[in-house]
Amino acid sequence: MSCRTLASLLVAIASLVAPAPARAQVAGPGGAAGAGAITVSAAVSLKEALTDAAAAYERQTGRRVKLNFGATGHLLAQIRDGAPVDGFVSAAESHMRQANRLKVVEASEPVTFARNALVLIVPADAKAPADGFRSLADGGVRRLAIGQPKTVPAGEYATQVLDRLGLSDRLRERLVFGSSVRQVLDYVQRGEVDAGIVYATDAQHAGDRVKRVATAEASWHDPILYSIAPVTRSARRAEVRQFGDYLTGDGGRAILARHGFEVPATPASTFRPASPASPTSPPSPPAATAPGAMPPAMIAPAATAPAPAGAP
Amino acid sequence: MLLSLKVALVATVLVALVGIPLAFFMGRRRFAGKSLLDAVLVVPLVLPPTVVGYLILIALGSRGPVGSLLREAFGYSVVFHWHGAVIASAVVSLPLLYLPAKAAFASVDRDLQDIARLMGASPLQQFWHVSLPLARRGIASGLLLAFARALGEFGATVMVLGDLEGQQTLPISIYNDYLAGDLAAATPGVIVLVAISLGMILVYNRMLSGQRK
Repeated sequence: MSCRTLASLLVAIASLVAPAPARAQVAGPGGAAGAGAITVSAAVSLKEALTDAAAAYERQTGRRVKLNFGATGHLLAQIRDGAPVDGFVSAAESHMRQANRLKVVEASEPVTFARNALVLIVPADAKAPADGFRSLADGGVRRLAIGQPKTVPAGEYATQVLDRLGLSDRLRERLVFGSSVRQVLDYVQRGEVDAGIVYATDAQHAGDRVKRVATAEASWHDPILYSIAPVTRSARRAEVRQFGDYLTGDGGRAILARHGFEVPATPASTFRPASPASPTSPPSPPAATAPGAMPPAMIAPAATAPAPAGAP
Repeated sequence: MLLSLKVALVATVLVALVGIPLAFFMGRRRFAGKSLLDAVLVVPLVLPPTVVGYLILIALGSRGPVGSLLREAFGYSVVFHWHGAVIASAVVSLPLLYLPAKAAFASVDRDLQDIARLMGASPLQQFWHVSLPLARRGIASGLLLAFARALGEFGATVMVLGDLEGQQTLPISIYNDYLAGDLAAATPGVIVLVAISLGMILVYNRMLSGQRK
């Protein structure tokens, strides 16, 4: 009797488990074109903006984009190890170049669609908050959170800023590494650290739970450029390109700008071609194209207004 | 590696100091809420370590009831501190000592304890001279398992300890190396942990078979 109960239990479990892999395969690469959603792994700093954009894209086209958010480095590791992903959205050109070296994306594919800035934040109720990047090492700040530089682009940029300002050695012992930029934000919100370095959009998303005290000058770090590229082994690369077109189009740019991202002024004018194929050309500030293409006003309201659009 | 050993050793001492007396008295006393306390002590065995980490952060984090007091009074916080890793490891490995120790105390012949009591031994003396020596094998095997579990603790530890330069337990640095795409760098740590864990389970099995003889 108990043997039969056990057997029926096993059958029940098996029937629960069995269909899952079948479903996963439909969504993954190799599935018939147009069948189900495409899967796009995207930098977590884009979470609210891309979720909104994907919803608007689906309303407009009827095509579904399934989003998987995480630190860019983690996402790249997953894709490298065979995760069934169709598109990759990186928060750093360095990671896009690495994706190309790993043969995960083609050099000609990445399309840059947004830019961000780096800010210094402190807990909203901090009693004697740090007042700028340069004074970070002058006591007061016992713990400074940044993203883990190996995998989190925001941490990579933060490290560049600290290096540039000559603070790295003095702050080394006080650094706490977040496994994503959102963990850094969380550490600051919970008051576990005295300050943190995150993107301007993260600070906007957190609203009045953190206090934004300074913005890093663009010349202190590589330009923070977001790009999307289809994964080489996906059978649905064309659909990823279509979603990329939507992001650089009017609808996508409006959504991204509402969430505080800098976007190109017109669909045609990108910041500059992302260049995963040319690691020789240093990622210098896009002096030639960006200032002309960017209305400076686009970043200013987002920088000061505490998210009137109300990120979910 | 050194941090891992330090955390696991201190956590095991903590587990012994808390777990052995608890196992002894829970086996003898009856009081309201006893079964609930028993469940609370054992539940980390089945809870995801991330839940344990979450609860520790809620209680001991800078905004938590205990954590905010400590921070205000001493500027001290277990978060990002190796003490926090000890607490996380200890909570997760406590049941591995508590359960076998309780069973071992329960299997001690009641008559021997009664004789000790009739001879005038206080409860503490009964514990120290009668129950503890007779239950030592169960306690020792529990301590061994608790140490092994503490050495390998990851989920709760990573939430409380975070990721700080030069302050990573072995499981955390393995995870970081994997995420950074450097599996080769993780290999020594993997080999060390597998070897130590296997060794401890072999010793544990030998202790159990010795117990039956």
